[in-house]
Order: sequence, then C-alpha cells, then structure tokens
Amino acid sequence: MKTGALIPIVASSVGAATPLVYAALGELVVERSGVLNLGVEGMMLVGAIGGFAVTVATGNMALGLLAGIACGMLLALLFGVLTLTLQTNQVATGLALTLFGVGLSAFAGRVYVGKVVDGLGGISLPLLSDLPVLGPLLFRYDLLVYGSVLLAGAVHYFLNRTRPGLIVRAAGESPSTAHAIGFRVIAIRYATVLFGGAMSGLAGAYLSCALTPMWIEGMTAGRGWIALALVVFATWKPWRVLLGAYLFGGVTVLQFHAQGFGLDVPSEFLSMLPYLATIVVLVLICRDPKIILLNQPISLGKRFHPDA
Amino acid sequence: MFKLEMRPEPSRLMGLCSPLLAAVLTLASGFVMFSLLGTSPAEAFYVFFIKAFTSEYGLGELALKSTPLILCAIGLAVGFRANVWNIGAEGQLTIGALAGAGVGLFVPLDAPWLMPLMLLAGIAGGMAWAAVPAFLRTRFNTSEILVSLMLVYVAKLLLLWLVHGPWRDPDGFNFPQSAMLSDAATLTPLIEGTRVTGALLLSLLLVGAIWFLVDKTLAGYRMRVAGLAPAAARYAGFSEKRNVWLALLLSGATAGLAGICEVAGPIGQLQPQISPGYGFAAIIVAFVGRLHPVGVVLASVLMSLLYLGGESAQMELQLPAAITGLFQGMLLFYLLAADLFINFRLVRKQAPKRVVASAGTVPAIEKDAA
Repeated sequence: MKTGALIPIVASSVGAATPLVYAALGELVVERSGVLNLGVEGMMLVGAIGGFAVTVATGNMALGLLAGIACGMLLALLFGVLTLTLQTNQVATGLALTLFGVGLSAFAGRVYVGKVVDGLGGISLPLLSDLPVLGPLLFRYDLLVYGSVLLAGAVHYFLNRTRPGLIVRAAGESPSTAHAIGFRVIAIRYATVLFGGAMSGLAGAYLSCALTPMWIEGMTAGRGWIALALVVFATWKPWRVLLGAYLFGGVTVLQFHAQGFGLDVPSEFLSMLPYLATIVVLVLICRDPKIILLNQPISLGKRFHPDA
Repeated sequence: MFKLEMRPEPSRLMGLCSPLLAAVLTLASGFVMFSLLGTSPAEAFYVFFIKAFTSEYGLGELALKSTPLILCAIGLAVGFRANVWNIGAEGQLTIGALAGAGVGLFVPLDAPWLMPLMLLAGIAGGMAWAAVPAFLRTRFNTSEILVSLMLVYVAKLLLLWLVHGPWRDPDGFNFPQSAMLSDAATLTPLIEGTRVTGALLLSLLLVGAIWFLVDKTLAGYRMRVAGLAPAAARYAGFSEKRNVWLALLLSGATAGLAGICEVAGPIGQLQPQISPGYGFAAIIVAFVGRLHPVGVVLASVLMSLLYLGGESAQMELQLPAAITGLFQGMLLFYLLAADLFINFRLVRKQAPKRVVASAGTVPAIEKDAA
C-alpha cells in the first residue's frame, strides 16, 4: 500500500470528523456549566434540514449554515426553558429533544429528499495547496474544517484563560457558590445551552450542506450521540475532543475504503465500527473512576434553583 | 404577576392530571398544525384521532400496536424508577426478534413446543443485548445511556446483514427478507377479523407481574429507593449493581419479547425494518404513563393511536407519516412542562409589604417579598 492511497483516506477522515468536532465542543461547554443536554442528535438533525432548506432556497451556503445555527439554537432554547426555567429532568428532556428533532426533521425534510446542493469547496492557497503530500493533507479543506480547529483553541482559551470561562466552570462545579457570590447561574447556563445548540446546528448543517451534500432522513445516524461520548472520552478537555473526533472520523471512513485494502467483510459489519468504537472508548476512559471524578463537572446534570 | 412557588410536598393530583393535560395540549397543537398544513382540521382530527375507534378492525389495530409499546415501556419504567436509563429498547427488540425468528426458521420442532421456545429465545436475545450495558456500567462505570443506544445501531445492522445475507429467503426473488415463518411458528389472531394475537394477553399478564415486583417485593422496594434517594439506598446497603442488572435484564427481556411477538405475529418473517421506532416511543410511553403499570397501558393506547393516526392520515389525507414522530416528541415535551406543577404552584406575586416607601425605590425589597 502506497502513501498515495492514504492521503485521501486521511483527508476524508478529517471531513467526517468536523461535524463531530463542532457538536462535541458545543456540548463540552454546556456540560462544563453543569448541564447535560442529551438532545445533540435532535439539534443536529434540525440544523441539518434547516440549513439544507435555506441553502436550496437561496443558493447561498453561508445563509444555510447560519440557518442551521439558528435552528439548533431554537431547539436549545426549548431545552433551556424546560430544564433551566421549568426545572424539568435534564436526561428526560434531552431524550425528548432528540425524539422531537428526529420527528420534526423528517417531517420538514420530506420535500427535500433527492435534492442536491453544490457542497463546500476546499480552499486553494498559492504554493501551499500544491505541495506534494502536505498540500492535500493540510491545505485543501473547506473553511469550516479550519474553523473547527480554531474553535477548539478558542474554547480551550475561553474556559481556562478568561474570567467568563471561569464563571462558566464555577456554575458547573458549584452552582450554589457561584450564585452566592452573585453570578446568575441560570443566565450563564442559558448562554452555554444556546451555544451548544448553535454548534450542534452548525454540525448538522455542515453535514447536509457541505459533507454529503444532500438531505437524508435521520442522516446524522447517531453522530450526536457519538459527540456526547466524545466529551466523556475527552475528559471535558477541548483539545482531546479534536483528537477523539479525528479518530472517529478515521473509523467512519474506514468502511468505505476497506474493500481497497482487500478486506472481505460484509459492509454491515464495517458500518458497526463507529458504534462499537464508541463503546470501547467509553470503557477505556470510564474504567478508572478517578479519571471521571477528577474531570467531570461535579454538578453535571443536577438541577439548580436559586430559591431552593 | 405570577410566580412559581415550591409546594410543601408534591401534588398527587397534578401527577395524575399532567399526562391528561399533555395529551390535550398535543391534540390542540395537532389542530393548529393541521390548519397550517392546509387540511381541514376537523377532518384531519377525525382521521387521526377518532377513526380508529369506529370499527372493530380499527380497535384491533389499536390493540395490536399497543402490545409492543406496553411490553417495551413496562420494562423501561422499572429502570427509570431506579435511575437506570436504558434507551436502547429498540435494539433489544431487534435482537429478540432475530433470536426468536432464528429458532422459528431453523429449529426442527413441532407445534406445541416451537412457539414457547421462540418466545424464550426472544426474551433471551433481548436480555443478552441489555446485559452488555449492564455489565459495562457495573464493571467499568460506563454510561448505560450511550452504550445501550450505540447497540441499537449495531443490532439494526446485524438484522440488515442477516436478511441481505445468510438468512435471505432463497425463493424470495432476492428481496432482503427471510422465508415466511411456518404455521407452528406463527401467532394466530385471537379474534376473527383483527390481527390481535395472544401477545396482548401476555403483555397484560406481564404488566400485573411487574406491578407486583415493583410495588410488593423487596427487590422492587430497593429499586424505588435507589431512584428516589440514592444516598439513602447506599446507606441502607442496597446494592446499586444489583439494581442496574435487574433493571436492564428486565427491560431487555420485555423488549426482546416484544420483538419476537411482532415477527411471529403481524409481520410473519424477518425484514429490514421490524419496528417503526417502538423502542424509542416506549420511552415516551413510560413517562406519560407515570412509570406506573396501569399508566403505561393507557399511555401505550395513546401512543398506538398516534401511530395509527399517522398511517391513516398518510393514506387518506396525503399528510406525511413523519407527523407521528412530531406528535410523539411534542407529547413528551408537554408532559415534562406540565410536570412542573407537581412540585411547584403558581401564586400571585405579592406587592411589596412596606407601604410607606414609594413604589419601586429599592428593587431588592420586591425580591425579598417574593
């Protein structure tokens, strides 16, 4: 096997990983503020159909991506109102969000089945993009791929180096302390939940407008749940999200290249790989309770009510 | 203005009323949605929610679709009570169907023995699939939510492989489906003119048994304490691991049974899709049914009505079938929101008590009074 054949595999892994990066980074911020939103899959799907519909209607990808973000945020707002204002159970509400998103996107997407958009072209830098090996490996992706790497850096900087980031973490570790000092925990959590929704929506829109690029019912195929697992895998650290996402991107595209390796395994088994890999990865990380205890936001998933 | 105030203790009345409120709100939203879609709301409403009750066949279909929902939801409800979140009932259902149908297709047995063996195989299949998240949670502390969900995709792919590959009917014109199950391997309809099978009776029996288990036995008590007060359960020395195993195995068993009853009943063979999301809808059913056996049965009928309504709305009004999923999600949202009033009540905000001070001088006063 020559290196020449490996380059497209790596390149397509990076593409497949990008929606995971966005969704997982969004959820990471949400969880660092103490909220567990299991609705990532639903928000991604609604972002995917919203983004695709607007792209088809306007022919403008940027508008489509913005629409995806807006759709994700709308669903996240619903989650916020229920869990933060109305104090509902976060696990149940997150599940409801996913079930609702699956239904809503299938319903709204029925007229878009079979339509195609142009997709997002890669950038082309003078000299750099034409470099042998390095060019296709590093300098020919679309802008959102680079954006996702920047986002990982930005989230890392925000959480660890800025004062608002510290407050977000305080809300996730000890909301009552944060409240006692005078921070508005609920408002902070609304902000992170909306950010998580925006990123999930963007991830979905990237999937339907740039990566595939078409609408298929239920097209996220569990990526929202894998993003949730990635946050655990990353032990709530942004850079490790990036690492985990590329790993999963690789596993996802492996199935399409397996025949090239002369591997004679039924395609169904290859399609199982990302899901099985998720389980394996979760086991590896969760096996040591200390890792989880040290890194998981202490108040993750617990309700907080300022008056209670 | 009104504000929310915590009730001194949860309201039992609201606990019973909020599912009704949620159902009414879902119906009302349906009315609005039908109008927006340009169908006559009254006609759509009739087709969606009333028509099933007007014929014997409709009632039979209602009972038929309730059966897998009851089976899946009754198992899930036990786990949810103990804070064990099995959301992979869809996968356990699929594996149950595979295991049971495998026995029905390939084990050379005859009439009285084949069917019980198939049912047992279905139950065992579902349990085996649920044992994976149980083992990983108790041994490696892994989230059963994510593991059970991932296994749904794995189970569906396994089914696809079987019907496309080794189990494909050689005389089936290359369609991705298994051979039809023989008569001995099929549940026959109980009532002439409907498709209801003995699975319905079986599911109702199980509802009784599980109610007994949860409400009247020590094992059930341990699980309820673990759900209501985890710290108290630990202090009392109740094993968390035992609860996780029990909850997952039980829900896996009932989901697996639902799977084989579907395949041996209305479907009659293995095909790429054997459940229109019953395992996921059962999560909603469990909540709407208040995690209580009787409630689960009632909620299953409601959910089954949504499935049937979606089908007839598609056939008669050309409305998209996906509308069912939308209603399902909405139902759970409304329920969760209505549940607020179990623990909180609306009270009128009192005016600031200090009358002397001019209104609105110090915002802090209002906050204190509130």
